[in-house]
Amino acid sequence: MKQFEPLTRKDSQPVRYLIVDDSVFARKSLAKMIESFGGQVAGEAGDGCTAITEYGRTKPDIVLMDITMPQMEGIEAVEHIVQQHPDARVVMVSSVGYQDNILAALQKGARHFVQKPVKPDALYEIVRYVLSDDGVTAPAGAGKESSR
Amino acid sequence: MRMDLIQPFIGSLDTILGEMMQAPAKIADLEMEEGGYRKKGLAAVVSFKGQIEGRIVLDMEPSAAARVAEYLTGSAVDPAESIVPETVCELANMVIGNAVTQLNDRGFQFKVFPPEVLSEAECAKAGMDSEATILRFETACGNVYLNIAMRYHARRARERTPVSVG
Repeated sequence: MKQFEPLTRKDSQPVRYLIVDDSVFARKSLAKMIESFGGQVAGEAGDGCTAITEYGRTKPDIVLMDITMPQMEGIEAVEHIVQQHPDARVVMVSSVGYQDNILAALQKGARHFVQKPVKPDALYEIVRYVLSDDGVTAPAGAGKESSR
Repeated sequence: MRMDLIQPFIGSLDTILGEMMQAPAKIADLEMEEGGYRKKGLAAVVSFKGQIEGRIVLDMEPSAAARVAEYLTGSAVDPAESIVPETVCELANMVIGNAVTQLNDRGFQFKVFPPEVLSEAECAKAGMDSEATILRFETACGNVYLNIAMRYHARRARERTPVSVG
């Protein structure tokens, strides 16, 4: 997989991600991308309820959240997480990308949306954009292939 | 079954398969079927409810599913690995999600449920209740089948409305 210039926090530590998706396979695939961004998987969840608990436990820098999941869907989980943690940064990652869904997610506090199948370049740019307000230091030329 | 409702699913599978297999997929066969469906490989089902209701079964020969798994994980995958059925679920999720997005943008409202792996028995049962359109896509790594069964409820509701005569 293509390697990206690492995205790091202000304290030079890797960005910590919470991955929420009911598909183990999708979580594995996102974890690989996170690894290629120089990030760290802080936790994983397979439904919205577990995502809320895991957010409180791991306090990630960013959440990658699926929409269609059993028990509690992603949009409802975003609402709960943002209510409890107003600074939470959540990016919705879903194959269902119609306007109503995107709008609902943004209204509940999600910061961005990316449609599956996820392209690593697109996700990298979105993560960089969402975290930029909080001083994530992305080096010049980010997104270019490195020789790592 | 209305072709304009089916077309987004065909287009979506065609695009996603082409991207993941790095080669074009070709529609090799189309047939209508009533009654039980016998799966050919690894199958996953996604259901949806709303103005359009139904379910779609994505059925892949293990070699084709393994190729997609390789693309998504970035490493070699044996068709017998346990990750391969999961791949079919995730691919079904992507294909149906993308098609549903197109239909929603055209004004159809419905909710999509999470994909589930289908066993032989469940697969036969899934095809019992309605007529299905089955498409066979030929790829370099094996066949992929898309079994589409859906009903357009808004239209049915209108048809059921009593007509006053005289």
